[in-house]
Amino acid sequence: MSNVLDRLTFFTRKTETFANGHGVMNNEDRAWEEAYRHRWQHDKIVRSTHGANCTGSCSWKIYVKGGIVTWETQQTDYPRTRHDLPNHEPRGCSRGASYSWYLYSSNRVKYPLVRARLVKLWREARAKHPPIAAWASIVEDATKRASYLTRRGGGGFVRAKWDEVTEIIAAANAYTVKKWGPDRVFGFSPIPAMSMISYAAGARYLQLLGGACGSFYDWYCDLPPASPQTWGEQTDVPESADWYNAGFIIVWGSNVPQTRTPDAHFYTEVRYKGTKSVVISPDYSEASKFADLWISVKQGTDAALAMAMGHVVLTEFHRDRQVPYFRDYIRQYSDLPLLVRLVAKDGRYVPERLLRAADFADDLGETNNPAWKTVGIDEASGAVVVPTGAIGFRWGEQGKWNLEEKAADGRTVSLRLGLKGAHDDVAEVLFPYFANQASNGFASTDHPDVLMRRVPVKKLALKDGETLVASVYDLFLANYGVDQGFGGEHLPKSYEDPAPYSPAWAEAVSHVPRDQIIATARGFASNAEKTNGRSMVIIGAAMNHWYHMDMNYRGVMNLLILCGCVGQSGGGWSHYVGQEKLRPQSGWAPVAFALDWARPPRQQNSTSFFYAHTDQWRYETLDVKEILSPTAPAGDWELTFIDFNAKAERMGWLPSTPALKTNPLEVCRRAKIEGLDPKAYAVREMSAKRLEMSCMDPDAEENFPRNMFVWRSNLLGSSGKGHEYFLKHLLGTSHGVLGKDLGETGRRKPAEVNWRAEGPRGKLDLLVTIDFRMSTTAVYSDIVLPTATWYEKNDLNTSDMHPFIHPLTAAVDPAWECRSDWDIFKAIAKKFSEIAPEALGVEQDLVLSPIQHDSAAEMAQGPEPKDWWKGECDLIPGKTGPNLVVVERDYPNLYKRFTSLGPLMSKVGNGGKGLAWNTQHEVEALGRLNGVVSEEGPTKGLPRIETDIDACEAVLMLAPETNGAVAVKSWEALGLQTGREHTHLALPKEEEKIRFRDVVAQPRKIISSPIWSGLESEHVCYNAGYTNVHERIPWRTLTGRQQLYQDHSWMRAFGEQLCVYKPPVDLKTIDPVRGRKPNGEKEIMLNFITPHQKWGIHSTYTDNLMMLTLNRGGPVVWLSEVDAQKVGIVDNDWVEAFNANGALTARAVVSQRMKEGTVFMYHAQEKIVNTPGSEQTGQRGGIHNSVTRAVLKPTHMIGGYAQLSYGFNYYGTVGCNRDEFVLVRKMKVVDWLERPRPGNAVQQEG
Amino acid sequence: MHPDLPALPVTDWLNTALFGFYPYICLAVMVIGSVLRFDREQYTWRTGSSQLLRRKQLMWGSNLFHLGILFLFLGHSVGLLTPHSIYSIVITAEAKQLLAIIAGSIAGAVCFIGLTLLMHRRFFDARIRRTSTFGDNAVLVILWVQLSLGLATVPFSLAHDDASVMLRLSSWAQGILTFKPDSADLVRGLDWPYQAHLLLGLTIFLLFPFTRLVHILSAPVWFLGRRGWQLVRTRHRDMPTRLAGGLQSPAE
Repeated sequence: MSNVLDRLTFFTRKTETFANGHGVMNNEDRAWEEAYRHRWQHDKIVRSTHGANCTGSCSWKIYVKGGIVTWETQQTDYPRTRHDLPNHEPRGCSRGASYSWYLYSSNRVKYPLVRARLVKLWREARAKHPPIAAWASIVEDATKRASYLTRRGGGGFVRAKWDEVTEIIAAANAYTVKKWGPDRVFGFSPIPAMSMISYAAGARYLQLLGGACGSFYDWYCDLPPASPQTWGEQTDVPESADWYNAGFIIVWGSNVPQTRTPDAHFYTEVRYKGTKSVVISPDYSEASKFADLWISVKQGTDAALAMAMGHVVLTEFHRDRQVPYFRDYIRQYSDLPLLVRLVAKDGRYVPERLLRAADFADDLGETNNPAWKTVGIDEASGAVVVPTGAIGFRWGEQGKWNLEEKAADGRTVSLRLGLKGAHDDVAEVLFPYFANQASNGFASTDHPDVLMRRVPVKKLALKDGETLVASVYDLFLANYGVDQGFGGEHLPKSYEDPAPYSPAWAEAVSHVPRDQIIATARGFASNAEKTNGRSMVIIGAAMNHWYHMDMNYRGVMNLLILCGCVGQSGGGWSHYVGQEKLRPQSGWAPVAFALDWARPPRQQNSTSFFYAHTDQWRYETLDVKEILSPTAPAGDWELTFIDFNAKAERMGWLPSTPALKTNPLEVCRRAKIEGLDPKAYAVREMSAKRLEMSCMDPDAEENFPRNMFVWRSNLLGSSGKGHEYFLKHLLGTSHGVLGKDLGETGRRKPAEVNWRAEGPRGKLDLLVTIDFRMSTTAVYSDIVLPTATWYEKNDLNTSDMHPFIHPLTAAVDPAWECRSDWDIFKAIAKKFSEIAPEALGVEQDLVLSPIQHDSAAEMAQGPEPKDWWKGECDLIPGKTGPNLVVVERDYPNLYKRFTSLGPLMSKVGNGGKGLAWNTQHEVEALGRLNGVVSEEGPTKGLPRIETDIDACEAVLMLAPETNGAVAVKSWEALGLQTGREHTHLALPKEEEKIRFRDVVAQPRKIISSPIWSGLESEHVCYNAGYTNVHERIPWRTLTGRQQLYQDHSWMRAFGEQLCVYKPPVDLKTIDPVRGRKPNGEKEIMLNFITPHQKWGIHSTYTDNLMMLTLNRGGPVVWLSEVDAQKVGIVDNDWVEAFNANGALTARAVVSQRMKEGTVFMYHAQEKIVNTPGSEQTGQRGGIHNSVTRAVLKPTHMIGGYAQLSYGFNYYGTVGCNRDEFVLVRKMKVVDWLERPRPGNAVQQEG
Repeated sequence: MHPDLPALPVTDWLNTALFGFYPYICLAVMVIGSVLRFDREQYTWRTGSSQLLRRKQLMWGSNLFHLGILFLFLGHSVGLLTPHSIYSIVITAEAKQLLAIIAGSIAGAVCFIGLTLLMHRRFFDARIRRTSTFGDNAVLVILWVQLSLGLATVPFSLAHDDASVMLRLSSWAQGILTFKPDSADLVRGLDWPYQAHLLLGLTIFLLFPFTRLVHILSAPVWFLGRRGWQLVRTRHRDMPTRLAGGLQSPAE
């Protein structure tokens, strides 16, 4: 009753003792205990997850108390796994556990914000004009436009009403569509899997508008191009539970406990089972302590190490002793037994393209696509045969696209591995060698540019005469320096002989002792031999971020394939970086890209886009000559990278945004005036060079991207390689670029792409960022819209690390004036539809789209492409150039289209990865579930997609992974192609339909579908390539097999037919800044490495007080003790890292962990947190990407050719960044720039 | 005012108000305020320690201060409240005064050093300064002034060795506690440091329930006489019991 009175009980106080007086029992008041109960009491628990760019995808309990989210804990109700496999849970890490901090933090964006100068102009203009004219009056006035552009990043936001900001955005979009073309409206949002509906909201709006969506996976450089090259698959990997099935695990450049925290337990657990583990990492990473052997490789030389390991495996397990399992595997599942043409060069030979049925006089009896059917030799008969499974069997005929050991004519065949013993002759074949010209302290050897090795060949009479052919297998061995007794130059005689690619050679290059290389290779292979392929490589971004990432990755893939590990439980390639498998992809894509209303969508590969439009190409330092192969075929290779990219766009290999210099609506209008089909009109005009593609002149104002949406992303604070170039050219604000462009340095300018003396400053009229926190990107935007956090919206989330579908659910309503992404884009769509009639009606839009992978068009071009622009052939859309499709845009009805499922799903159906199925039944079911539109208009009777939950249901209904009936249909569709019965994989789940409320109740496992190459069943864990091996479904490559030989002429030009070691490239960014602005401290040149971090998931959590408290509360770089001592840096000093690209400031962490010669900066530490000004640039610090610049690689631009055809987030240029060096120097003056910006005094009075 | 009574000079009135009535106001506020605060604001009943923020200076500062202040508190209590008739059995008033001056000065000096350290720390350590409330700062300043005033009385006391001032002060204190408001006359005309020290001391009583000083009442002195190591509480009848669904009284 009363705390005081209750204590005045001296006479009634009962006490008794026990335990010999050590314990006392009393009856003191216990009301205080309630405090602890109240502390943990809550009103409800809601299931959600974290939509960070993280493969975790962990199910969490969100606690709500008094309408406030109070804390979160890990969910523990995952479905059990089977006997003898540990359970998945608990999943989660400290980062996720700190998320609720954001909801009520000062960093939360609470209201719509707009740049004060812009909104002032807008209100003035709006008083005089209707919306679209009002926007025109601002951006067409150079002074007005510059007045807010140049202030980006400098503060100056004011609150505005939703109605006003959506009107500004809609007006800007409508103006841009009308004036420049819809493809000048660009949207960037990554990783749909982290919150599919939020992604879909923006993408759906953009696609209905005709805008373009930018890719992320390639831009982030998480896409390993080697995967599409080898498997025809973007990335497919085992789930983490499958680690538990492995017998030998190499963790290569991955830091499992730090960056895959919720999965790391499987790694720990399998080691208790006796699994051996080797960790390969330059630094002593957190993963290293798990290792039986830690290999501290020299950074950037992983391919050399992999080549030497391959050398050992080939020598001991294929040449000296032939392991039956390995031989059976590579014969059936790889292209090693196939034949390759040799062409003469300087009296010797160079391997050219794979031999095809069409090369033979009678096409070997093949009538359908003989040029796309590769050949081998039958072991028993010695005859040349056409094994089934090549791409030619996939399209145009049915029932033979499979990996049964059969020839096209139905005979059972067993292909011969290597021609030794059946050869007609031995040819001197040249292999390019690159490791003799390393820069920046990487090791060079004194071998020549080309290595001659003797290879057994057959002489075949082909259409164009007698030709020498070799088998991939023999070329492969020769390339690895494994002598089958034919000899050659610079062949290692033993492991101790330092010729390429022996262990002794690799020791010199990679600094790894040869005995470690040999032991690891032997251990890896002999485990695979004993377990039929249960050897695994877990691999991280570390190796993929180098310019020559393909070589690193193909080196590893070769190892796995030689040991028969891919597609086997507990084996294979486990690349866990940034793709987060979008499990219900084929149900989601129609909703996200508005495929229910119009096809094709506008999808752009972001790397090429940003390279061109942030003008990073104007500063290119790498010359193509430096990377060209000495064995390159004759051709016009003396181009710059922007030229190569433009060529690729012209030839329909890569997408173009914007596509045409002329507004595509205008193109259609002009065609109509002439009474022509817009497609025919465009072909005529393009061929006559009157209609120019934008890629030929990126700096022309007609070709600027004009409006940009960034949502679910921190483009400028995290992923924007060449950050300072973004600021300088795309945004037009203050920047820290220190280098000079090609015009100033006199380096080689583009040969075909137009060079303008002055690089444009400020291409974007409007940058809109949608976020829940004030990120670095938000700071640089014109409008910031407050979005719901992951505890305030309904959405779906999946990962490649586990097979469950998780929901995000609204534990509380969005706080303040926040709205979910779905509601935000819905509001913009509504406003757009309202104001559109001022300038836009129903319009025809000409969409250019590249030749797509997984379509018959992927056989459009051969390995020797021709360029119509140079007159080498005619422009034939979809064949020699991009596809041209006219799409109808109904702008006044955009909102109605946005909120209903369009008619194409019923008319055309659905599909994915080259499969198609009828989905009429699902559309009807969705109409019954969500209701149909009842109001009059073009959408009457269509299923509704009003709310985020409606959208979730649409995805779940249409996807085979969440709707058993669809899964059965999709397996049936595949069965037609393969001629095999696959429906047994889904029939037991045919009646299963996963709904949104089901996944809210408990995580649900997906249903196996042919969209993915693994199975999720009671017997096996999900593992990539499992169905290829066990169901004999071909890989989606040229040969239908795992393709280790790349025969495209561009691949040959850059010497990548086979895997070779290429040292990191020299980006030459140090000399221009060495000794610039001295401050009396010494400078040291170090390799700049940006790994994933410990206290954040990319930039998320790096501004979170709880995470900041765990480290140094601001930006840090890691230095080795030796390097730090050389330049007098001690731990916690403020240092600056800089090169020609820009500068960044950070505190130094001096650690024994670090390898000498490298500096780590955990990527994406927010610039807005405790970052002082740079001595070099005078600007605030900078981020990790302030010292990077994207550099393109021509081989990633190849298209129109089987698996090397474009797919969104599947193939294309990647934003590599690890070959970069910086100077690191202790700072003299730590300036926090806490004073008004010059010129701001004027602004203050307004 | 009754016309027959002589008009009191203003100083007399003030003296009575400050030393006759004010003590009761202060003591009443302290007692009632502390009871109310203990009853209503349990979570504010704490020392407000800043040890988690910074240990530096606290070990010396806090220990010296507390050692000194506890000794002073004990000295003042015994010295002021023990009737002359009792202590004169063992000690003369003159000797007691000398003892008080010597012991008090030593304890005062120790306390002064400690308190000064604490103040320095509170005002010059950025972390502590940022997290301090007005009350935290005010208590330190007041105690420091009060301690200085107390030390300032030492030279005055040394000026006379007849213990008369000491006797007047203790009579006043005992008089106030035995409800004789006219005791105020006993301290009339004392030198200013004594009067200031008394007034500020009373004011500290007044402020007591509004500051962290309340922790004095919860000093864990019982810990010294503890009996067992493991304490187990019984469930007793009146205690609210947690049942399914929240906080309820058990149905009877």
